Amino acid sequence: MNGSGTSAALAIETSGLTKRFGRQTAVGSLDLAVPHGSVFGFLGPNGSGKTTTIRVMLGLAGASSGRVRIFGQEMPGHLRSVLPQVGALIEGPAFYPFLSGASNLHRLDTADRHAPAATRRRRVGEALERVGLTHAANKKVRAYSLGMKQRLGIANALLMPRQLLVLDEPTNGLDPQGTREVRSLVRSLAGEGTTVFVSSHLLSEVEQICSHAAVMSAGKLVAQGTLDELRRVGLTHLSIQTPDAEAAWGVLRRLGLEPDGSEAAFDGQVSTPMNRPELLPEDIAAALVADGVRLRGFVVEAGSLEDRYVELTGEGFDVVQ
Amino acid sequence: MSSDAQPVPAEADRQSPESVDRPVDRPVAGPAGRLAPATPENNRPSAGWALFGSELSVLFRRLRTWAMLLALAAVPVLIAVVVRLAADEGGPGGGPPFLNQITQNGLFVALTGLVVSIPLFLPLTISVVAGDTIAGEAGHGTLRYLLTAPAGRLRLLAVKYGAAVVFCVAAALAIVVAGAVIGTILFGTGPVTLLSGDTIGVGESLVRLLLVAAYVALSLAGLAAIGLFISTLTEVPVGAMATTAVLAVVTQIVGALPQLEWLHPWLFTHYWLSFADLLRQPISWDAFGANALLQGGYIAVFCALAYSRFSTKDVLS
Repeated sequence: MNGSGTSAALAIETSGLTKRFGRQTAVGSLDLAVPHGSVFGFLGPNGSGKTTTIRVMLGLAGASSGRVRIFGQEMPGHLRSVLPQVGALIEGPAFYPFLSGASNLHRLDTADRHAPAATRRRRVGEALERVGLTHAANKKVRAYSLGMKQRLGIANALLMPRQLLVLDEPTNGLDPQGTREVRSLVRSLAGEGTTVFVSSHLLSEVEQICSHAAVMSAGKLVAQGTLDELRRVGLTHLSIQTPDAEAAWGVLRRLGLEPDGSEAAFDGQVSTPMNRPELLPEDIAAALVADGVRLRGFVVEAGSLEDRYVELTGEGFDVVQ
Repeated sequence: MSSDAQPVPAEADRQSPESVDRPVDRPVAGPAGRLAPATPENNRPSAGWALFGSELSVLFRRLRTWAMLLALAAVPVLIAVVVRLAADEGGPGGGPPFLNQITQNGLFVALTGLVVSIPLFLPLTISVVAGDTIAGEAGHGTLRYLLTAPAGRLRLLAVKYGAAVVFCVAAALAIVVAGAVIGTILFGTGPVTLLSGDTIGVGESLVRLLLVAAYVALSLAGLAAIGLFISTLTEVPVGAMATTAVLAVVTQIVGALPQLEWLHPWLFTHYWLSFADLLRQPISWDAFGANALLQGGYIAVFCALAYSRFSTKDVLS
């Protein structure tokens, strides 16, 4: 973004990041790669380790093993020089209820030694204006609605010019207008070159604002890439109609696909998610025919990101814990 | 909210000359230089006193803080009024030391107020403030935002402890000032006869009163360090406050058991009431020195414990 040929650099990089609480593994060997300048969607059901990952990334919690680099610098070793460039909203906003919105921002700004005192008042005012809270600046936070607190939390992340914004569920508690505003805010920040890391369980949100995404499930990273890459994997589903269903199932397994159902329960139909992007449909058809599978129907279906997400993270209340 | 507003102050504005930024020798690694477009404040963090100022302002803008200081100030007022009413009916009998002298000199109201408050009221208020330091931030959830600002864990602890000590001073002063004022109003002032039999003027006796207040604040600083440590152990501020207060009371009970006399010199409450030496002529500094040494030991040990706990703590609140 500075035109120095470093656009390929990663804003956030984790390698083998693991966080255990006692015997429970909250995050297991996570390899995240958040490209510089991207709007990165961090997806996953509740309890899949998103917030824990963010806490470890920002040095609030220590990693059990593995590494985190932000802007190529090891965390938490370089926390003092890295964090002033990072604005964060972590697991919802949190403020002193007995102080006004402006006083709260003022207070948190003094904690950053890189934030100049001379411009503090003006920066607080601008951050409040940017999230549309100027009218409530002098109101005690105790009297704020959930949505207003959420906006104030985003304002706190915008107190200083940031290279990276980490927003954990930024639209939580916001009404539809607020959600739209946050979306346009994220877009405009990204337009200025800020890398935005958004965790969310709202797929539509991620589809609308993100250029990249990763999907977490039960503490593991199950997919990562540009949104197009994820769609290419996620949006295709193959279903085959054949009298030789069992043989077809075997061939698909051999090719590394994960066909639905067990061998016994075929009814002339086998379907599988196309979870190997390098495997083209025509090659699958050729492999099936070569193995003597008689094809009656061969359909590559477009699904949705939601299908892919559910496929990766589990259905309904069966979400992997 | 307009999407084209600039959240970023212009570069020129951030180089304000009146900025208190102090250059700090911190080499910026290549990658940071690459990513941060060479903003001056990225290289020159301020000394960080603003956070201490903010901490004091948050502490003293809380209703709770003023309620506690007022309650402490009410102790000598209550004593003075009761003694005044009793004196009209034939004079006081018994009670804490200095009580009989109140009617002769109003300044003794302040001393009596301190003596009455030291066993329970003062430790209680200190426990509330010290127990709230880290656990209170954790309870509000603001701890994670302070730490990602980044405040720095050591700096945050130092600021929190500093503010707690300021409250110790304020608490002792609240009693002394309220006592001196109400005593002067109800009983008047005059030359004070010290424990050694010498007599000093009103001006010097006020200095002695402030010395006693300093002694009491110092006595409480050790307890504040203990509270700070306990506060790093929990996310429930009330738990940290109660534990600290109970510890102060239990320690005083242990200090009153003759069977445990060998332990007494090591208890942080041991010299709490030994400020009588400051009321002699010439002043005997022995108790002050011994107390300072003891409290210093407690402060060093418990601040170190607090740091060792807090520096590696997973902040999950």
